[in-house]
Amino acid sequence: MTRDRAQALARRGSLLTAAALLGLAGVYVRALVFTPIERFQGPAQKIFYVHAPAAWSALLAFAVTGLLSVLYLWLRDRRLDLVAAASAEVGLAFSVVMLTTGPIWAKPIWGTWWTWDARLTSTLFIFLLFVGYQVLRGAMVDPDVRARYSAVIGILGLVLVPFIHLTVYLFRTLHPDPVVMKPGSPSLPGEMLVTLLVSLGVFTLLYLGFLAQRYALGVLRDLQDEEASRALS
Amino acid sequence: MPRNWLAATGNSPPVADALRQALAIAGKDLAIEWRTKTALVSSLAFAILVLAVLFFARDPTAVSALDIAPGALWVTFTFAAMIGLNRAFLLERENRAMDGILLAPVPPGAVFFGKLAANLVFVGTVELVSLPLFVLFYDVGLERGLLPLLGVTAMATLAFVAIGTLLSSMVVRTRFAELMLPLLLLPFLVPPVVGAVQVTARILAERPLSEVAGWLKLLAAFDIAFVTASTLLFRATLEE
Repeated sequence: MTRDRAQALARRGSLLTAAALLGLAGVYVRALVFTPIERFQGPAQKIFYVHAPAAWSALLAFAVTGLLSVLYLWLRDRRLDLVAAASAEVGLAFSVVMLTTGPIWAKPIWGTWWTWDARLTSTLFIFLLFVGYQVLRGAMVDPDVRARYSAVIGILGLVLVPFIHLTVYLFRTLHPDPVVMKPGSPSLPGEMLVTLLVSLGVFTLLYLGFLAQRYALGVLRDLQDEEASRALS
Repeated sequence: MPRNWLAATGNSPPVADALRQALAIAGKDLAIEWRTKTALVSSLAFAILVLAVLFFARDPTAVSALDIAPGALWVTFTFAAMIGLNRAFLLERENRAMDGILLAPVPPGAVFFGKLAANLVFVGTVELVSLPLFVLFYDVGLERGLLPLLGVTAMATLAFVAIGTLLSSMVVRTRFAELMLPLLLLPFLVPPVVGAVQVTARILAERPLSEVAGWLKLLAAFDIAFVTASTLLFRATLEE
């Protein structure tokens, strides 16, 4: 990809992000003003409209990284590695939103900031695994070696996730916890469902906007590195 | 050792050749370790230290040593193993010895199995030496539970040594290798270590193994999944 095309992609990404941020403002207004207050959880339930979509975007981002890692080792296309890395970084940002809004909601509803429930534990360890992924990328200079090693971690992560989930599930069935509860009832009333779906859409757009910008940045950085090494030789 | 040890003979099946080559690599690593014993002695001393420190990391009036024993044993095993795991490929980094191995007509799978076998012998030795000390320090009865405990130790160890071998082949080529291995390896230790601790607790309480059938299945599935994945992915970490 040339510098011009990368810059054009970055501009399109920032437009998409701006649109998604406007949408996010709309989600806040709709969730706070035009969506009924949940009968049992009260106003605290509103955080669900940010928390669940952020979790969706984070897991989508990590799944994309895992799949692109498989594709990279197969096709060896540098762009696949750059998109995978961009997706992992964006996923970390959404994970931080997920992991901070979760406890804020859990304290009034569950009565505790944190519980070792299957989903919480899995997401925490996926988050930590991708922190390791980023640190590994940062510690390597050669782009080809970096791409191969990152792909290996991405694929191992894909295999690990179901095992962590199963582990916590087995752990919990041995020690049943009376406060285990689903973050949201599966059958939401119509107005709440609409708010959630709108928010899911907005967060997906936000993910795509961030991804496009981060990918364009990765391409530009690669081009700069190449120019620098050409200038030196 | 015959000079053509690493060369394919041409008249034996490829699997037998690969096995012989893997054994040659494992033998080389273990011979180097046996002559210096640096990693072995430091891992063992580290294991004893962790066992001793964890014994005091509790309120003795509220928590008995037996209650924390399974967790203490597995924290010791995994942390001591991690100290030793970096060693396998650090050896090859000096004087770029890995290039020599890659130049030899040896398939990557054989290199991986050789490294894995040497690491398993290394970690197994550390475990076998620290286990009697664990029995001594924590005053646990192991008359009937010894064989099942050795079995679950073998299952859990195979899993994390396989992943550790793969990851250490990568991190030795990065900056801060010693820091990077625990960061990358620990998330993968959750299923085998949690499973091994649960099974160990039941063994020490002299409960039937049928109570932990689910955990044993999880450990077996984890072994199969990650030994396969590590073997397949190892090739991707090698090529230049």
